[in-house]
Amino acid sequence: MSRLVFSRKPAKFAMARIAGAIMPGAGAHVGPLALQSDESLPLPTPDWVRLRPRLSGICGSDLSLIDGSASAYFDPLVSYPFTPGHEVVANVLGADGKPGKRVVVVPVLSCVTRGVSPVCPACATGQINLCERVAFGHFEPGLQTGFCADTGGGWSNEMLAHPSQLVHVPDDLTDEAAVLIEPTACAVHAAARYTGEQTVIIGAGTLGLLTLASITATRDAQRKAPIIVTARYAEQKRLAKELGADIVCTTDELPRHVRSASKSLVFGEQLTCGAPHVIDCVGSSDSLQQALQVVAPGGEVQVVGMPSNVSLELTSLWHRETAIRGCYAYTHADFTTAIDVVRRHDLGRLVSATYSLKDYTDAIAHAAASGRRGAVKIAFDMRGN
Amino acid sequence: MPRPGFVLEVDRSTPSILFWRGENFSLEKLPAGRSRVIYPPEPLDAIKDIDGAIRHALLNPIDQDPLPALLFPGMKLTIAFDDVSLPLPKMERPDNRQRVIEAVLDLVAEAGVDDVHLIAALGLHRRMHEYELRHALGDRIYDAFHSRGMLYQHDAEDHDNLAVIGTTDHGEVLEINKRAAESDLVIYVNINSVSMDGGWKSITTGLASYRCLSFHHNPETLENTRSLMGHRHHSALHTSVWRLGKVLKDHGPKIFQIETTLNTDMFPKPFEFINKREWEWTAKDRATFLGTTKALNRTPIKLARKIFHGMEGPHQMTSVQAGETEAVHKLTLEHVYKQQLVEVQGQTDILTMGIPFVSPYNPDGVMNPVLVMCMGLGYLFNMYRNKPLVREGGVIIMTHPTYRDFNPVHHPSYIDFFEQVLTDTTSPAEMSRKWEKQYAEDEWYKHLYRTGNAYHGVHPFYAWYWGAHGLQHAGKVIIVGGDAPTVRRLGFTPASTMDDAFEIASDVVGRNATITHLHVPALLVADVQ
Repeated sequence: MSRLVFSRKPAKFAMARIAGAIMPGAGAHVGPLALQSDESLPLPTPDWVRLRPRLSGICGSDLSLIDGSASAYFDPLVSYPFTPGHEVVANVLGADGKPGKRVVVVPVLSCVTRGVSPVCPACATGQINLCERVAFGHFEPGLQTGFCADTGGGWSNEMLAHPSQLVHVPDDLTDEAAVLIEPTACAVHAAARYTGEQTVIIGAGTLGLLTLASITATRDAQRKAPIIVTARYAEQKRLAKELGADIVCTTDELPRHVRSASKSLVFGEQLTCGAPHVIDCVGSSDSLQQALQVVAPGGEVQVVGMPSNVSLELTSLWHRETAIRGCYAYTHADFTTAIDVVRRHDLGRLVSATYSLKDYTDAIAHAAASGRRGAVKIAFDMRGN
Repeated sequence: MPRPGFVLEVDRSTPSILFWRGENFSLEKLPAGRSRVIYPPEPLDAIKDIDGAIRHALLNPIDQDPLPALLFPGMKLTIAFDDVSLPLPKMERPDNRQRVIEAVLDLVAEAGVDDVHLIAALGLHRRMHEYELRHALGDRIYDAFHSRGMLYQHDAEDHDNLAVIGTTDHGEVLEINKRAAESDLVIYVNINSVSMDGGWKSITTGLASYRCLSFHHNPETLENTRSLMGHRHHSALHTSVWRLGKVLKDHGPKIFQIETTLNTDMFPKPFEFINKREWEWTAKDRATFLGTTKALNRTPIKLARKIFHGMEGPHQMTSVQAGETEAVHKLTLEHVYKQQLVEVQGQTDILTMGIPFVSPYNPDGVMNPVLVMCMGLGYLFNMYRNKPLVREGGVIIMTHPTYRDFNPVHHPSYIDFFEQVLTDTTSPAEMSRKWEKQYAEDEWYKHLYRTGNAYHGVHPFYAWYWGAHGLQHAGKVIIVGGDAPTVRRLGFTPASTMDDAFEIASDVVGRNATITHLHVPALLVADVQ
């Protein structure tokens, strides 16, 4: 099988880090990611199945790995060499090797997939995203498919999955729509905390747009106050408006809009009031600091975009009793909702370009510059293989 | 002997005509045979002995007792004065306000009056910076009064210090500064740059509250203000103001109005060519123009603004009169018209105008896009008497870069207005209905107005309403050289060149449309016959 493999090669990892700092996405040229042909992976247990990926998206977390900027926190949660790709629409391969039903993968490698019994308290309540056993069980560590040596990943023409990870794709959804179900499930999970109060979404990349779409598709009836979205590029602004944002602005303009909408005063750079709910879909020092600047006293900053090492001035958090709360992944129920959101907003149109595996450096360069190039989601297309 | 205003019929020998373009200029060739240019009268001779004339006016007022007879020990005296919105550009020192107030204070001191407050009559304009107060009043007055809390700026949101004088028979409430309302005498010191100002407007707007101003600063009144600079009975705004003036006269404090008029000598030496007629430019004028425009093309915009806002004009005084408000103002208008009136035969299909770097609402600041609209449609369009220069349904063409740039200290609510209100509507009536209250009552804008140097939150609405009649009257408005998306946000049409603008205008007024260029500033009022 052909697959992109990310290996543990410290020297290449260091080169990727330097190259990625100079030009986002350049880590693919010099780093430890390579296309190779391998034998098929063995099934961890007989109940696992083989999948043939059709499309597999490139996520921000993939890009940070490729450019060497991912947090060291993940080291014990990843096993090498692994094939990236956790946004996957695939066909289940039958025993005869022929492609069968179309599925998307719930990539979290939780207790059930790992054969851990009894399951951890989080998994027992269905909160697989909070699973306590992602580094344990009967195969190598990996918080998700796409970061685990034993499961393979979507950037290949064959990968493995546990039946509990499979979600059937309705026939009316295209592959492009289906590949957005996984990131949309993340967004649905974030949108669950929407209360209808004034809400700010920082960032209008894939995650920001999908979070907005999830709120407006499922919770619009709750809306009592404006949803404000920051966007950097013209296409992002257009899509944010189209998906239901009341105000779309640049990050520079955000404090002014939040101030006006919340009838706030200002001291220094800090709004006295602000938005009760801020969803940070970027996860950088700047975005988090701005989130704290515009969040209302007692309000919540929800971190949806994956942060790494950030530096924050937290005095306002202490003084105004605001909270920063993480938001990771999803539950199975979020996937069910995500299918509705994708269908309602016709989100398949957000797949801007697809590449074959052999063109992976171009694909990653495009994904790393997606906003600037007027794109949203870039994916690998294995349908021709 | 200064020459009167002049209407030039453009023929093939007419040189290119000077247009302002914000912090720069351009020369534009107007089509021969169907274009004309209206030039202002040359500057009238200034009063030779200004201090003598001021003292004479104070001692020989019109329809009122001499000022010394109105002063007595123990009285409460308030001297209010016009703010930094005029004259433009700022006046060379000493400013008329300083000259007049120093003369008044001499008489006040002689009379033994010590309860004297000086109040800058801002209305809803921004508070003046210290350097602006010092420029207007002189260091001696500033140092003597400010440190003792006797020189300050009107605050239209300080409800503890506002007082209702009464109500007109149209239900308009006159609410003004309490100190002025409770004074034994209010002396108002005015500079009458344009005929719209002065008279009862001085106190009933400069010292008024938002509530009071909103009775006439609204779309309906301004759409029905058919001549802002002309006859008062053609102006719904002035009709309302005069009703409030009657309430002030009948129920308010005694008023002693002092008005001064200026000639059109507005620009300092290096910029003399602005005031000249192009065919009379000397080689030196041409060289200065070329050098200036080429240098400005290479100058960063912030530096160009600094240069322009730093200029001081001679603005020589042509008259000073004091006494009863209406009688004084009648004489003032005669002097203003004597300087600014130019008789013009008939209306035009296309009116062109160069928009300069400054308007009454951005002294020492940025001419933001909302102010470009206000300057073009609110001020320059309105520089007429009898009927507008451009016919109804005609086209107005302005030249200005119309950059999307704002001064966040002076114009915070203008930024939100541009982003929030103008993306929703450009209709004065609709924005008034949907948005004005929110801006007027915004606590942050109030705070910045009261303690910083910001225009009141509602001010961008007023700036927009000022152009309401022009908006209603014109069939199309084109801005040449402006940032296209910004121009479109204003509801106007962008054009790259003047020829493009004429081409675009031809869709509205045809290919042989008549064109009139208003050669301002300097100031002129077209008396359209």
